[in-house]
Amino acid sequence: MNILVIAEHNNQNLHNSTQHTISASHELPGAIHVLVAGYNCKTVAQQAAQQEHVKKVLYADDVIYQHGLAEDLAQLIVTLAPDYAYILAPATTFGKNVLPRAAALLDVGQISDIIQIINAETFMRPIYAGNALATITSNDPIKIITVRPTAFPLCAANNTSSEIQSTTASKPIQLSEFISLAATPSGTRPDLSAARVVIAGGRGLQTKENFALLEILANKLNAALGASRAAVDAGLVPNDLQIGQTGKVVAPELYIAIGISGAIQHMAGMKDSKVIVAINSDPDAPIFQIADYGLVADLFVAVPELINAL
Amino acid sequence: MKCLVAIKQVIDPYVTIRIKADNSAVETNNVKMAMNPFDEIAIEEAVRQKEAGKITEIIAISIGTTACQETLRQALARGADQAILIETNEQFGPLQIAKILTKIAQQQNPQLFILGKQAIDDDCNQTGQMLAGLLNWAQGTFVSELEIDDSTKATVVREVDGGLETLRLTLPAVITTDLRLNEPRYISLPNVMQAKRKTLQVIPLDDLGLNLCNNIKTLQVTPPHARKSGVKVTSVPELIDKLKNEAKVI
Repeated sequence: MNILVIAEHNNQNLHNSTQHTISASHELPGAIHVLVAGYNCKTVAQQAAQQEHVKKVLYADDVIYQHGLAEDLAQLIVTLAPDYAYILAPATTFGKNVLPRAAALLDVGQISDIIQIINAETFMRPIYAGNALATITSNDPIKIITVRPTAFPLCAANNTSSEIQSTTASKPIQLSEFISLAATPSGTRPDLSAARVVIAGGRGLQTKENFALLEILANKLNAALGASRAAVDAGLVPNDLQIGQTGKVVAPELYIAIGISGAIQHMAGMKDSKVIVAINSDPDAPIFQIADYGLVADLFVAVPELINAL
Repeated sequence: MKCLVAIKQVIDPYVTIRIKADNSAVETNNVKMAMNPFDEIAIEEAVRQKEAGKITEIIAISIGTTACQETLRQALARGADQAILIETNEQFGPLQIAKILTKIAQQQNPQLFILGKQAIDDDCNQTGQMLAGLLNWAQGTFVSELEIDDSTKATVVREVDGGLETLRLTLPAVITTDLRLNEPRYISLPNVMQAKRKTLQVIPLDDLGLNLCNNIKTLQVTPPHARKSGVKVTSVPELIDKLKNEAKVI
């Protein structure tokens, strides 16, 4: 029995969350097939066919898949499912939206956001925003899984290409209609949940204007900008920047916490980062307990110095 | 227009969790419990839509032990008109919960079913999507704006990675809430008193006649990998040197 990976893409490029998911799938038994469902997205199917470990690409090109709407895409996954023992998607807003619907229609459970594959039936996933790890086993006939992209490496691209097989679209459901997509204004900066470097500010920044300082630093490091709940509650930044248990959970290679004391709520959202740097004037701030590198300093002195030195 | 809201009781988000000594689960005995924060946003949204004249009736539903009545009373104090507890001592996964909610939706015939996007205990982020699938309804997940256009359509803004997506949903629909949808209000004392007089119906799970089998089991719960303690640096140049040459991240 084989593995089906649901590709995330924008009809032009394969999203790299797909490549992380392919890497995770390679740890499972079976040949890896990738479903590319979209509209006028032949180039995406070709990119998918060139990824290492991929044996076949299923290509469904239809206007009903143009925006990856959950109702129609889940139906397509359901029609393809009988041939597969595993169906995986990245645990991004794309995969999280579509896959549980498909699982329910197949009458099987879903294992969300895995960070480790222990064996063919057993997986590890964070619960309580990473404050505990659960080892989960499933004996469902089809295992439906979302994969935390940062927990698995990117797969490489081959020069050779695997077979691309066209698949008929399923009957349109059209319960929802796409109106528009407004890309985040900081479009030049990477997305918070996918960024390699995250710069996060706390209440120590004191004013909205001071956050501009962090933007300069973020631009220098090609980093995403985040914030603690305290900074959001104080109205310094909009709450889509909030990192923490009820905000976004991030695990970048480098996390720089500036003027953040380190409430439990916040640390739950960032403590899986590879390297954590904390800059805070309070030497007793809890953030220093989990920081790899701590600098006790006035951020209004240290941050400009950092910007100049980089 | 009738609206159902699903409510889960979880460990208070400001409490530090403890893992049981036998590593079987997270300790929930004698721990302060609270309404899942995303469900607070769900109930608040239903109340705001009712205040705006778009919704006429709000029913809050929870599934769990008798103790969940306390959380449902909070939902009533927040403005739900009535509450239903599906009482069970068993623990279920999102698929079984979605099946129970499907049964309730079929009995109640709402036009809108609002849920939190995820519970902050198991972090599954599945129940709303599963419910929408089982009911064959439209789904609007991770919603930061909800506009009920008329009795047949609603427009939602969804928080997706890298932006905001606007969809128009055919009603009935399932909505799951993200943080930015609203800020739940404080509950006033008169509302708490009033909530005590509202109807809270308790239905034993067995009365629903569902066959609920969960093929996903938790083998163990362990603490996260501990971070090895770091070092304090004394200056910005030293910090940059460490990041470049030791951690090799810049």
